[in-house]
Amino acid sequence: MAPESTPPILVEINNLTKSYRRGVQIIKVLENVCLNIPEGEFLALMGPSGSGKTTLLNLIAGIDQPDSGLLRIAGVDISLLSESELAVWRHRNVGFIFQFYNLVPVLTALENVELPLLLSELPRVRRRQQAELALKLVGIYDRKDHYPRQLSGGQQQRVAIARAIVSDPVIIAADEPTGDLDKVSAGEVLQLMTRLNQELGKTIIMVTHDPRAAERASRLQHLDKGVLNACTV
Amino acid sequence: MKIPLSYSYRNLVTRRLTTVLTAGGMGLVVFVFAAVLMLAEGLRQTLVATGSYDNAVVLRASAESEVQSIIERDKAAIIASQPEIALNKEGRPLVAQELIVLFNLRKRGTNMPSNVTIRGVSPISLELRPEVRLAAGRMFRPGSTEVVTGKDTAGRFVGAGLGETLRFAMRDWTVVGVLDAGNTAFSSEIWGDIDQMQQAFRRPIFSSVILRLRAPGDFYNLKARLEADPRLPVQVKREIVFYEDQSKRMADFIRLLGLVLTVIFSLGAVLGAMITMYAAVATRTVEIGTLRALGFSRGNVLTAIMLESLLIGLLGGLAGLGAASLMTFFTISTTNWQTFAEVAFSFTLTPDIAAKSLLFGLGMGLLGGFLPALQAARMNIVESLRAL
Repeated sequence: MAPESTPPILVEINNLTKSYRRGVQIIKVLENVCLNIPEGEFLALMGPSGSGKTTLLNLIAGIDQPDSGLLRIAGVDISLLSESELAVWRHRNVGFIFQFYNLVPVLTALENVELPLLLSELPRVRRRQQAELALKLVGIYDRKDHYPRQLSGGQQQRVAIARAIVSDPVIIAADEPTGDLDKVSAGEVLQLMTRLNQELGKTIIMVTHDPRAAERASRLQHLDKGVLNACTV
Repeated sequence: MKIPLSYSYRNLVTRRLTTVLTAGGMGLVVFVFAAVLMLAEGLRQTLVATGSYDNAVVLRASAESEVQSIIERDKAAIIASQPEIALNKEGRPLVAQELIVLFNLRKRGTNMPSNVTIRGVSPISLELRPEVRLAAGRMFRPGSTEVVTGKDTAGRFVGAGLGETLRFAMRDWTVVGVLDAGNTAFSSEIWGDIDQMQQAFRRPIFSSVILRLRAPGDFYNLKARLEADPRLPVQVKREIVFYEDQSKRMADFIRLLGLVLTVIFSLGAVLGAMITMYAAVATRTVEIGTLRALGFSRGNVLTAIMLESLLIGLLGGLAGLGAASLMTFFTISTTNWQTFAEVAFSFTLTPDIAAKSLLFGLGMGLLGGFLPALQAARMNIVESLRAL
């Protein structure tokens, strides 16, 4: 029997530091964080409030910039990218799932899912086909013409997941994806995310407070006061 | 444009009350803006339409209007003998010496006095103005105390209607006909026999000499010769230019006054739009953060918010223009400062005014939306997403 090959490292974080300024006070949120995430992993980040888990997720997702340290994703050190380069990088590489779904209320489910594709060069017909496929994948195609206000929390989160996968991103960044859902809906969303990871091989980084959600992940990392684990460089 | 137009449009529909109120405010300003331009254009077109390109008007040098001009009989005879003057079918020269007198008549309804132009004309005068025709009654008989009145004068002044009697210059004048001169200043005049008018007003002079050119190009020869003639202290103008000059001072004033007013009003409307758009941005902080997180650039967000504001401006522009277009059904009269006589004219909407009004509405939208759009575009993604 051939030995199992180790998947390549997708996210490489070394000595990552991030602080925020509150008036004259500088608050260190992350301190010398080191973390490697292999391709296809479903990683759960847990920790108490203010531990820096969402900040770490934001840095990996490219919506925030570190103060120092290495942050390489799929071979690209994104800490060196300009703001506009980072926007393009996000569109091509990251799918977002938020706690409160963050759907655009004036757009239908289909239009919300199509939104990231508007930044691509795809023609309208192809965009629609791709958005419809994503909605079918998350099992909410029959509600494609509904506005977010016409959908339940669980259904909205499904639409948000469809939006996150529609452009086939390298990473899915999920910030408390079940935080606003009841037990049943949360279970369905987690089931869906597990499928995305196992069947489609998507790399998922999920911030959560919910131990049941964390159980679905293939690896769990705890953050406390901005420290993940000691670096051994 | 990356963020779809439907996003901007539907956001406006979603907050339809504030959209309508903001666009309504802009619409009122556009209405005033368009109405003022239509008023000035109405006056200009009325007076310009009064003139003909083939006709020339000879006035005393430096006189700005016919009222200020005096041309003695001998000088009028010299002018009438110029070779550039066209002949009619009977071989008579198409030239008319006319006398202008202003007289106070009382308006129907209000009984307020207002100046009316009384024009002493010769039979050739009608041939020189083909746009003037008899709408009712008949033409006055030469040598009689009969007059014909323009349709606007007939309707607006006491005693000026068909069959009525006007009293001026110590005589009673019977109105035997009503002239329809379209939208020209002649519709606001009273015409009578030149000899009778000269006697009645004791003015043995003419105010102007109107003539038809054999060819439009003959104007330059005629002008050069008459204005260089030491016997004739006169100026020669094309009739169309003469009437355009008559409208210029007042039209310019209306335009200036209107523009000053609308600029002041528009400040209020722009502030209104700005408040609306700031509120719209404030309630959509998370949404804007999400769009930025998905990869939309600051420019994309700026464009989408600006587009929303521009749509409000366009809506206001269309509403204001629509309301202003109803003004074309109204005719108003006022005293032209250059001639001191009452002239009736309509609000006139031209494609140029329509375009300017829509651009004005869009301009207000642009100004009102710029700062809120800039604020939206400059939002920090992480802070926006935390704004729940």
